[in-house]
Amino acid sequence: MSIDKSEVQKIALLARLAIGDEDITSISKELTDIVELIKTMNSVDTTDIEPLAHPLELFSRLRTDEVTETDQRENFQANSAETKDGYYLVPKVIE
Amino acid sequence: MHQSTLTELSSALELKKISSEELTRMYIERCKKHNNSLNCFITISEESAIHKAKIADKKRASGDCTPLTGIPIAQKDIFCVNEIKTTCGSKMLSNFIAPYDATLVKRMDENGFIMLGKTNMDEFAMGSSNETSFFGPVKNPWNVSCVPGGSSGGSASAVAARLCPAATGTDTGGSIRQPASFCGITGLKPTYGRVSRYGMIAFASSLDQGGPMTQTAEDAALIMNVISGFDKHDSTSVDKKIEDYTKSLNNSIKGLKIGLPKQYFEENLNSEVADITEASIKELEKLGAKCIDVDLPNTELSIPAYYVVAPAECSSNLSRYDGVRFGHRCDNPKDLIDLYSRSRQEGFGKEVKRRIMIGTYVLSAGYYDAYYLKAQKVRQIISDDFKKVFKNVDILASPTTTGTAFQLNEKLNDPISMYLSDIYTVSANLAGLPAISIPSGFIDALPVGMQLIGNYFQESLLMNVAHQYQKVTDWHQKIPSGYQ
Repeated sequence: MSIDKSEVQKIALLARLAIGDEDITSISKELTDIVELIKTMNSVDTTDIEPLAHPLELFSRLRTDEVTETDQRENFQANSAETKDGYYLVPKVIE
Repeated sequence: MHQSTLTELSSALELKKISSEELTRMYIERCKKHNNSLNCFITISEESAIHKAKIADKKRASGDCTPLTGIPIAQKDIFCVNEIKTTCGSKMLSNFIAPYDATLVKRMDENGFIMLGKTNMDEFAMGSSNETSFFGPVKNPWNVSCVPGGSSGGSASAVAARLCPAATGTDTGGSIRQPASFCGITGLKPTYGRVSRYGMIAFASSLDQGGPMTQTAEDAALIMNVISGFDKHDSTSVDKKIEDYTKSLNNSIKGLKIGLPKQYFEENLNSEVADITEASIKELEKLGAKCIDVDLPNTELSIPAYYVVAPAECSSNLSRYDGVRFGHRCDNPKDLIDLYSRSRQEGFGKEVKRRIMIGTYVLSAGYYDAYYLKAQKVRQIISDDFKKVFKNVDILASPTTTGTAFQLNEKLNDPISMYLSDIYTVSANLAGLPAISIPSGFIDALPVGMQLIGNYFQESLLMNVAHQYQKVTDWHQKIPSGYQ
């Protein structure tokens, strides 16, 4: 099974990547090759095997609901390309 | 002096043979001199390093110090360092000034280490050659037409060329061990959860682990004593007491049972690497260790499983780069989707986009069970195989890589061949086990590394065995010509 051009465009939209038309053919081939490599795992029977999401048996640690961080809005927003009055700016969303 | 280990520098500072400021200036000069040809550093933080070295000298004079106070090191540019540019090797973060310190950085700082700069790396740690960095490829000091390995290639190259006595790295599928092997240094990937990931820019959260890249196992133990241990800021940090890793270095390894995984010595392996690894294992046998052949029958499946799990986690982690709060932002976005898509298209390099695409694909509706769930089950099988062999042996020994450092551009346009070269290293990440690579010989003047894999939280045993090996061999003392 190959990942065709329309599939590449669909994945690119999901991944929010503006892939140029000129690159779609080569990406389609690369992804197809990688998926072929991935599919070699189908050779092993995994019936009754529990999926392992994480190497260690972990549990969620809880903490008391207290404020531990100080307000660093200005410090953090210094890394943003566009802010105004303490807000991040994005293109107009609602007409 | 630049040939000294951390242990030797600690003693030189203690005996006042040199001041931290002199030492720091000497290393900064070396970094500046060789960076044009090796490209190990993205940032050399001369001003802050000298400022901190002066403070370290005052602290030493007043006695308010640790044995490590005033020793210069380098940090991989994946670790956030407050008020210092932290790029992760990407255009996306090429102007990002970290607003806080990673826990690893904070602990090293508090223990008196002086940071010389931030080392080059594959973009977002995705690569095995350091060629995916936005800041250009790093060169291997043993042969500048070869790659240093990756993703922690800048750290490996810098330590090998003695531009710094030690550095940090991170390892998601071999990114500490493979460059350590290619550059002839010692690199330890600790057990998952042993070293805090807070402030370490995420690639694949269930696989990533930071660790030391040093000249010797003894130095690795010194750094591990500082960086390991519980951190409440990392939800996957393990709350388990840390030991003094230097204490066990000199234990005898008589009677130690070493497993040799058959699958790590099969057809893909370069025959000279096989000979060198076998000779190294003989050295361990001379020290009293006993070797047993063991079976890790699903080793081949580790590559496909890894290239599902790692890209899946990468596509999720890297969704935070949206051009809004930090990172590259495209010019004149026409709407929100355009802002996201063009900022990401422009900010990420080819390999990162390739992995985001694969990750998005395997997690997308209709494919989740076939790929992602299947990979997690395969991951369980691989982990169970290790559990079985560790019932009978104490550690495993193997080559770190199938061959020595390859040529620049040799594999850059062949991602599959690049991925397959991780075959001996990725399993330890999938299972979360600690593993170390140590210099074990040379082929055509390029270093070869031997890998030791331990059971969970057995870092001390790995460094103990590595130290015993380094006491009877001198591969780790070799320095490439031009850098002696």
